[in-house]
Amino acid sequence: MSKLAKHRSLYLMLAIPLVYFLIFEYGPMFGVLMAFKDFNLIKGIWGSKWAGFKYFREYLTDPYFWNVFKNTIVLNVYALIFYFPTPIIFALLLHELMWKKFRSFVQTIAYIPHFLSTVVVAGMIVNFLSASGLINQIISRLGGEPIMFMMKAEWFRTIYIGSEIWQGMGWNSIIYLAALTAVDPQLYEAATIDGANRWRKLWHVTLPGISSVITVMLLMQIGKMMTVGFEKILLLYSGPTYKTADVIQTFVYRRGLIDSDFSFATAVGVFQSVIAFVLVISANQIAKKVNGHGLF
Amino acid sequence: MLAKRIGLFDVINVALMAVIVFVTAFPIYYMFVVSISSGTAVMRGDVMFWPKGINFDAYRLVLQDSAILHAYGNTIKYTLIGVTVNLIFTTLCAYPLSRRQLYGRSMLTVLIIFTMFFDGGLIPRYMVVHSLGLVNTIWALFLPTAINVFYMILMRTFFSNIPEEIHESATMDGAGEWRKLVRIVLPLSMPVMATMIIFYSVHHWNSFFPALIYLNDKSLQPLQIILRNIVIDGDMAEQSAEMVTIVAQNFKYAFVIVAITPILAVYPFLQRCFVQGAMLGAVKG
Repeated sequence: MSKLAKHRSLYLMLAIPLVYFLIFEYGPMFGVLMAFKDFNLIKGIWGSKWAGFKYFREYLTDPYFWNVFKNTIVLNVYALIFYFPTPIIFALLLHELMWKKFRSFVQTIAYIPHFLSTVVVAGMIVNFLSASGLINQIISRLGGEPIMFMMKAEWFRTIYIGSEIWQGMGWNSIIYLAALTAVDPQLYEAATIDGANRWRKLWHVTLPGISSVITVMLLMQIGKMMTVGFEKILLLYSGPTYKTADVIQTFVYRRGLIDSDFSFATAVGVFQSVIAFVLVISANQIAKKVNGHGLF
Repeated sequence: MLAKRIGLFDVINVALMAVIVFVTAFPIYYMFVVSISSGTAVMRGDVMFWPKGINFDAYRLVLQDSAILHAYGNTIKYTLIGVTVNLIFTTLCAYPLSRRQLYGRSMLTVLIIFTMFFDGGLIPRYMVVHSLGLVNTIWALFLPTAINVFYMILMRTFFSNIPEEIHESATMDGAGEWRKLVRIVLPLSMPVMATMIIFYSVHHWNSFFPALIYLNDKSLQPLQIILRNIVIDGDMAEQSAEMVTIVAQNFKYAFVIVAITPILAVYPFLQRCFVQGAMLGAVKG
């Protein structure tokens, strides 16, 4: 019996999921064609006129697009510097807590923000930072002038990264905590015998021990760079803050689904995918060189 | 373990953790406190750590609001249907991929994992849903995201840990793959199924964007959309007439508390399951 026939039922089972992947994951990849055509909803992809690189030229020469691109990069760099290390540091500190009951208590509380929806968190931010909201009340009590946080472009990045940390630090620490418990205790004992203090142990035993997990998480973070925090930004931004808040994904959303500029938005989406591809592959290669292995 | 002396580091660590706990929990506590305070106290800015002029009018209004109740019902419905779809699709994908003898297994796995990183883009995805005639139907909320690849891999890992002997003895008893899946594998997989149900449920409960772009009918809108309308956009035209003893902030925060209560109530069970799930994932690496 051929190999395929032997596992007939397994392939039958896979049929439904595979159809799903074909239609909803690979299908859109062919939709990229829309970027090269004057897409018309009624004529469909095949009936629409060929436009070549017209839309690519349109956004590549638009200074507003490059500002949007800059915002995307800046937010991601901030995320890498401020948001990415916090779960690691939190996990390391939790690991050092000797009081087990307190540690479980802290963990229980710390994971909660992750389960709150983006809308809830954005709602909290908008209201706490409003003119008469919690933060401005505190500022007034301390004698200061209320600040219109949500209207000021210069505050946006801080607000965004701050809320990401608030929501993600606890949850993302789980995987690092799991990795920390996997480090061989004998290595620590050997280090103690060699006279290592807490900080040397951290540098020579702990960090190398969890480096592969850090690498994987870092690669995944880089892979998501182009689609950074889309929903939250959508809920938090407004006209006055577009200057720093508008990122590629929100730009694509507005131009594509609100303004119905389908071909243009798809063309920008291609840019997004290409950059994401380049980033992930390069980061993976660097990881391989540094660590000996990458994600693929 | 050698007994350790409590040093300065430990004291600072505990203090830092206390601050983290406070910063994490206070916003939720604050919203609750404001939601049960009187409108005048809130307007005066008197409310910070304790409620003042305690009344439950905000909650009364929230729980009587037909738009909110309808949306809540929608979300419950969508979560139940969505999780069912997720479980069926994810299991039908994970089980065959967990069988080592399956020809083409690695290639299929690679093709599937590829989709975790690379994407056709927002507009093409919308167009696929549109061309299938699913726009403004509830199926647009579950079908395009029927399988979360990360969760599917978790499930596959779990399935592949079931000893081969069990499969072999079942085959000798004349069981085909379908029967094995239903009679043997699934009963053994309750922990991972529980984890899946929880992860997917939270995902559907909190889902906002698909409803935003695919649902035009107001009657189909889930909780998160109404939440956005009221809490972020401040759209309370229908409710303002009734707000005598309370102000917008009371109502908004009461609504948020009502919206997150199910999540918080289920949270202890979540904790147990996701720590298990994360461990499974970490072991696979």
